[in-house]
Amino acid sequence: MKIVLNKDTMKIEKEQDVVPFRNRVKEYAVKIGMSLVNQTKLITAASELVRNMLKYANGGVVLIEVISQGRDNGIRLTFQDKGPGIGDIALAMKDGYSSGKSLGIGLPGAKRLVNEFDIKSIVGEGTTVTIIKWKNG
Amino acid sequence: MKTDISKLLQKKRKQILETWMTIQLSDESLRDNLMSNEDLQEQSNELLDELLGTLNDKNIKDSGSADFDRVREVLSGISISRARQGYTPRDTGFYVFSLKDALLQTLQQEIKDDPEFLFQTSVYLNKLMDAFGITTFETFIQGREDVILRQTSEIAEISTPVIRVWDGILALPIIGTLDSARTQVVMENLLQEIVESGSTIAILDISGVPAVDSLVAQHLIKTVSATKLMGAECIISGIRPEIAQTVVHLGIDLSHVVTKATMASALRYAFNVMRLEIKKIQKEKADN
Repeated sequence: MKIVLNKDTMKIEKEQDVVPFRNRVKEYAVKIGMSLVNQTKLITAASELVRNMLKYANGGVVLIEVISQGRDNGIRLTFQDKGPGIGDIALAMKDGYSSGKSLGIGLPGAKRLVNEFDIKSIVGEGTTVTIIKWKNG
Repeated sequence: MKTDISKLLQKKRKQILETWMTIQLSDESLRDNLMSNEDLQEQSNELLDELLGTLNDKNIKDSGSADFDRVREVLSGISISRARQGYTPRDTGFYVFSLKDALLQTLQQEIKDDPEFLFQTSVYLNKLMDAFGITTFETFIQGREDVILRQTSEIAEISTPVIRVWDGILALPIIGTLDSARTQVVMENLLQEIVESGSTIAILDISGVPAVDSLVAQHLIKTVSATKLMGAECIISGIRPEIAQTVVHLGIDLSHVVTKATMASALRYAFNVMRLEIKKIQKEKADN
């Protein structure tokens, strides 16, 4: 059972929004007492996903939530865009694959950095990625 | 009875200006430290001249009319200069809207016997002045944005200094996020400096980079490759423990790049490569 303690949304429209967004996520992570390593992991994963959103879907909305499950607190980020969508999610999650010109480790890398990772995409409608990083995860 | 509105206003020009100045000066938020009253009077005079000079029975109904181009120009000039001088949008907005008050007051005094005409003219004037108000805000924001843009490019320039730490060794501390535009500046500065100084080793210090994601890593790798092509060796230093863990989890391969935890160890490595040695000098005994 995950209980949402705090909610916040942020619109991402241009590259300049990335740094303020990361700072906001960091603020929440600090507030729940996340360790520096986990903070950095969460921020890096968030940064990957938000850059994907900008690159492929021209931006979107991110929902930042502080959640609690039992004794553990964590941050859940939901990235929603109305971009072209991902046709083959399994391929997109493979290391080294990129439909753009990047390193191709954004999605699989982000998955390795967080505790829970969920991706849903409908071609032509958009993509939703949800990640959770627990405080002591 | 039909009064010619533009003639009427022309005739009352002096009175309008006086009323306008009184309203402006009576406002508590007037910033007389930014502009003297004489300058304000002159500025107001110029704007009023332009406005009353163009206003006629036809274009009063059409705030988008090309007749007002000159007025808008003067207005834009005023609000841009005000934005740069540090006026708040409220001050500038008040400046235009107080002119509206002055005009309406004058109309009220002059057209007492024809309420319908007074009402009609007031509505037109209101619309016209509102449109001018919007123009003011647009240009005010434009002026502020120009300031921000200038500062952004200034920051980009000063934030990537290339330091000659030793003969043949360059250091480049990077602070903040590395985006594509910044990488370009960093790379250009670094490569240029390598040529100019004939350096063989460059140290990129990322202690000040808050997070290294795949894009930042990609930019770093590109910079390292470009340095190698120039015949110099590139060391990345300032890798903090949490950054190291993140990079590993993310799956970025930096194994072909020389990386060090601190600038000091990068420098020691550089000295080693250049076969330099640093020694503590033994002081010769004075009594010998």
